Amino acid sequence: MPERVIGGFRKIGHRTIDGVWRMGVSTRFFLLTLMHSGICLRRPQLVIREIFSAGVLSLIIIIVSGLFVGMVLGLQGYETLQTYGSEEALGILVALSLVRELGPVVAALLFASRAGSAITAEIGLMKATEQIAAMEMMAVDPIARVVAPRFWGAVISMPLLAALFSAMGIFGGYLVGVVMIGVDDGAFWSQMQSAVDFREDILNGVIKSVVFGVAVTVVALFEGYDAPPTAEGVSRATTRTVVTSSLAILALDFVLTALMFRGV
Amino acid sequence: MERTTLDLWVGLFVVAGIAALVFLAMKVGNIGTFDTAKTYSVTAKFGNIGGLKVRAPVKSAGVVVGRVGEIRFNTQAYQAEVVLNIGNQFKFPIDTGASIMTSGLLGEQYIALEAGAEEKMLAQGDVLKITQGAVVLENLIGQFLYNKADEPTTPAK
Repeated sequence: MPERVIGGFRKIGHRTIDGVWRMGVSTRFFLLTLMHSGICLRRPQLVIREIFSAGVLSLIIIIVSGLFVGMVLGLQGYETLQTYGSEEALGILVALSLVRELGPVVAALLFASRAGSAITAEIGLMKATEQIAAMEMMAVDPIARVVAPRFWGAVISMPLLAALFSAMGIFGGYLVGVVMIGVDDGAFWSQMQSAVDFREDILNGVIKSVVFGVAVTVVALFEGYDAPPTAEGVSRATTRTVVTSSLAILALDFVLTALMFRGV
Repeated sequence: MERTTLDLWVGLFVVAGIAALVFLAMKVGNIGTFDTAKTYSVTAKFGNIGGLKVRAPVKSAGVVVGRVGEIRFNTQAYQAEVVLNIGNQFKFPIDTGASIMTSGLLGEQYIALEAGAEEKMLAQGDVLKITQGAVVLENLIGQFLYNKADEPTTPAK
């Protein structure tokens, strides 16, 4: 019995040490990536390629889901607002929920599962097939050549994708609210404009999406770089990227929202 | 993939993203309305501001002419001091009155300016003398009930 108890404590200790170690190593990895980012300015083509694979290839899923999220918000919002006779506030509801929360958060969640997993799998496989070791052999720094361009490509793509998501969502809300249900066109836009503040709402949303972009990309890159060089290891690392970065997005979102919107 | 096609797609993506941001800023947000325009600020004291918020519109004859810049509490007079930022192109006489109104039954509160008749115009830092605070619904209902109780009861038909 005491052997079991001691074993239990040992397990907890092992997990804690492992967790702290991973946090420390990933932070150093992140700093190392930033330090080796100079190559992105010297060879912008590397970053452009990564913007393509992280940003352009995520466009379809972002646009389609943005449109549908906005349309659902329009329908549900109308149902509720109608009972209070203030259907005209539909524009405010759709715009504020998208710009403040849903745009950055849902776009980042989609980005984590679409682009983050791809980054992890790619780097993990590069490691498994010893491409990274080969680079080191040829005195090419893999952090500068492989990691840094992916980091900047993804961090640049994320706010653009979130803005597109919000814009498409507002368009979807407009389609359902104004075109389909028949809320007054002028009231929809003018109430939205008077309630949405550029600095308070839109800029804060952009800041959120940049923070999420950094978090998702660092997790994805680190998991890929840290993955055991086996088929199973890469698959586990990919799963862990999606789970960890989704949880990180939600936790960071709470912290950022608490800092940004204190409820004046 | 061919480098030129890659560049084209990335270019399209970046332009679309920036266009979405501009759309959010211009069409959804309120940038460009009195944020960049030059304004002058005047102060108005109210006994009760109700639910007035910073950045609430200041309207005259229903047209937005400015925004609420700051709301303070004056510890000497125990009154609320509201700073109004009014667009430079809108000149008001010095005896203009300010009252806090509600748009619709449950809508947001705004400040309505009622232009006076003086020839001298308001300038930066002036204080509005004629003000009327927000109507508190509870007081209104209380007054209504009080008046009702005063009325002679009509005989039952």
